[in-house]
Amino acid sequence: MIPELGHFALVLALLLALAQSIFSLAGAMRSHPAWMAAGRSAVVGQFVFVALAFGALTTSFVQYDFSVEYVASHSNSQLPLLFRVAAVWGAHEGSLLLWALILGGWTLAVTALSGGLDAPFRSRVIGILGLISIGFLLFMLLTSNPFNRLVPAPADGLDLNPVLQDFALAVHPPILYCGYVGFAVAFAFACATLLEGRLDAAWARWTRPWTLAAWLCLTVGIALGSWWAYYELGWGGWWFWDPVENASFMPWLAGTALIHSLAVTEKRGLFKSWTLLLAVTAFSLSLLGTFLVRSGVLISVHAFASDPARGVFILAFLIAVIGGALGLYAWRAPRLKSTAGFEWTARESFLLFNNVFVVAALGLILLGTLYPLFIQALELPPVSVGPPYFDLVFLVPMLPLLTLLGVGMHAAWKRGLLQSWRRRLTGVAVIAVVGAVVAGLAVYGDLRPMTTIGFALAIWVMGSSLLIPISRLRARQALPAAVLGMVIAHFGFGLATLGITGVTSFKVEENISLAVGEAATIAGHDFRLTELKRVDGPNFIGVEATLVVSRDGEAVTTLRPQKRLYNSGGNPMSEVDIDVGAARDLFAALGDDLGQGRWSLRLQYKPLVRYIWLGALLIALGGGIAAFDRRYRRKEVAQDAPAALATSASR
Amino acid sequence: MTPRRKRLFAVLAIVAGVGAAAALAMVAFQDNLLYFYDPSQVAAGEAPTGRTFRIGGMVTKGSVERTTGTLAIRFVVTDYKHSIAVRYDGLLPDLFREGQGVIAHGKLSESGEFIADEILAKHDENYMPPEVANSLKRPPPPEPAG
Repeated sequence: MIPELGHFALVLALLLALAQSIFSLAGAMRSHPAWMAAGRSAVVGQFVFVALAFGALTTSFVQYDFSVEYVASHSNSQLPLLFRVAAVWGAHEGSLLLWALILGGWTLAVTALSGGLDAPFRSRVIGILGLISIGFLLFMLLTSNPFNRLVPAPADGLDLNPVLQDFALAVHPPILYCGYVGFAVAFAFACATLLEGRLDAAWARWTRPWTLAAWLCLTVGIALGSWWAYYELGWGGWWFWDPVENASFMPWLAGTALIHSLAVTEKRGLFKSWTLLLAVTAFSLSLLGTFLVRSGVLISVHAFASDPARGVFILAFLIAVIGGALGLYAWRAPRLKSTAGFEWTARESFLLFNNVFVVAALGLILLGTLYPLFIQALELPPVSVGPPYFDLVFLVPMLPLLTLLGVGMHAAWKRGLLQSWRRRLTGVAVIAVVGAVVAGLAVYGDLRPMTTIGFALAIWVMGSSLLIPISRLRARQALPAAVLGMVIAHFGFGLATLGITGVTSFKVEENISLAVGEAATIAGHDFRLTELKRVDGPNFIGVEATLVVSRDGEAVTTLRPQKRLYNSGGNPMSEVDIDVGAARDLFAALGDDLGQGRWSLRLQYKPLVRYIWLGALLIALGGGIAAFDRRYRRKEVAQDAPAALATSASR
Repeated sequence: MTPRRKRLFAVLAIVAGVGAAAALAMVAFQDNLLYFYDPSQVAAGEAPTGRTFRIGGMVTKGSVERTTGTLAIRFVVTDYKHSIAVRYDGLLPDLFREGQGVIAHGKLSESGEFIADEILAKHDENYMPPEVANSLKRPPPPEPAG
């Protein structure tokens, strides 16, 4: 009964989404207040019914209703409650439902907080968000209904894949989706602006906190995914340039370019049409990402079922959304003229360079991600693009970007860098170069060009960021939230650069075979295998190795990696053990029984790896702080947008 | 500067930027395109020697041999028409199993064995790599002459 109610709720939500779009768009065109009000009411209704459908699916999972095909395929009676709930978005159908729910949440937040906007504009935004809802709800009902029944019902379900039974992965999709879907708001604002054919500073000021909120969710989601891959997949890698990772990274890059371009549009009224194009691009890439990942077209370690009916719908939907928005752009964007000029050393130039390099990296990553699909479509011999391609095309634009970032933060609008800043920045640059050489030689005993450049750029960006709060506090100037947020985010970017450089340059990874009593030395650390024992968990049995780690005779830590076999069947899983440290991680994964009492082990030394995720979290934190800046809460803007964002993000 | 000249400069800058990006892509593509061959194509001599590529197929049941006490492992990958032996020295991914699809990344040795430097893992035990699925559907290529 509950699944049928859920299905029915989805149908009603679709009808309400239709009402939301038609009344809002027609009402805006005719300036008909009652129609526009009806559109707003439909938003609430649509959200309520999608939430009911989501609740129905969750209930089916919690109550072990294996007569529902989706539940039977992705959970079983031994799965703990947390993972039964997380299993709702563990695969294609449920994740679409989550997508629709989050879109409903964002739409509701926009509707509730946009009272200060011009009524027809507000209605157009709501109407466009409604069109996207229609697409998703139709897609679900026509091709991917999560409420399909299974007759006869099986006694027990299959399992949720054991690698997915993990806290970070349970919360990773909802946070990532908050980011993906959040770009729909910027997209709807851009389309509404194009429809009206005018763009002012208030528009940019209005769009910025919403874009920041979406972007920070995406940042956290990507960082969580990377962290999960590091400790769960057992290889100790933190980024693989897998198409699925690229699918989330590309909208992030577009979002990054967008928030920087929005700054110029808000403060100086420049780059108007470019900003609109980026808003369209960020959401288009989110859609592309969602579908690439969930439709199974990608050759990837992430696997999902493929289905031709879905493929056709997805393609049609992508063409309608992206093609429609770009068509609108081509038609209307020429009306938006930017007139002001600026000096080549002004902040505008630096933000322009940011956009150039970020978009270049984005384009090259997109090329590498889609190239194998084109080749496949042309029926040429299958080909894949190796990670070194992505390393190179990402690194090359990032070097000038990091260099210019350190200067650009201090450049004034319109005029450029003041004399006093030139002196200070020269100081930071000297510290960065000396620091990089000293760190390379003294700490790691090695001086490689790329490592030195990486360390120097990291110190340069971090030091340059810190100059702002230091000089402002000295001069007893205020530090507005927007500036503080920028400083923290840029510092985090520098910190992540430090971590990436450190771990890429100095990591040590060894696959080794050990018997009890033997030891291996990895980067000066002795790993001694002292014990192998059987362990019994709640839904698995396994083997645990005890590795006593010492350095120069002094005990450092004890690592206990496991190899588990889950009762529900399937393959054995490695459970790694990591000793976390500020300077390095020590990482141990247990492999296979090699016979004669020997086991294979993967032992790794990972210097500075933590700073990658710490940096990413600081980037997100900076975005969050900036979104709270007071000027976004002025009267003509909605009262407290960020507070409501927090509630929609936690949903 | 007149607006006309300004626009000219902007266009030139864009052309130069796109050109630089395209050049970068070409250079990066050069060494990093990995071709895929199935065991039948390798048997037909289509695969290059001395260059890294990927092979894929099903791991033949009962073919996995370990040299006891070491990491060295040997197994046979098949597309049910032809087979190829794969050698690997390292930890196998958790989802590696006999009778299931696998993709290996490495080079062909003189003796015709595939020396893998990476065995690709996948998330789902029911999943088959798309190239493997396609290659199993394809009719067998003509036998190599001689």
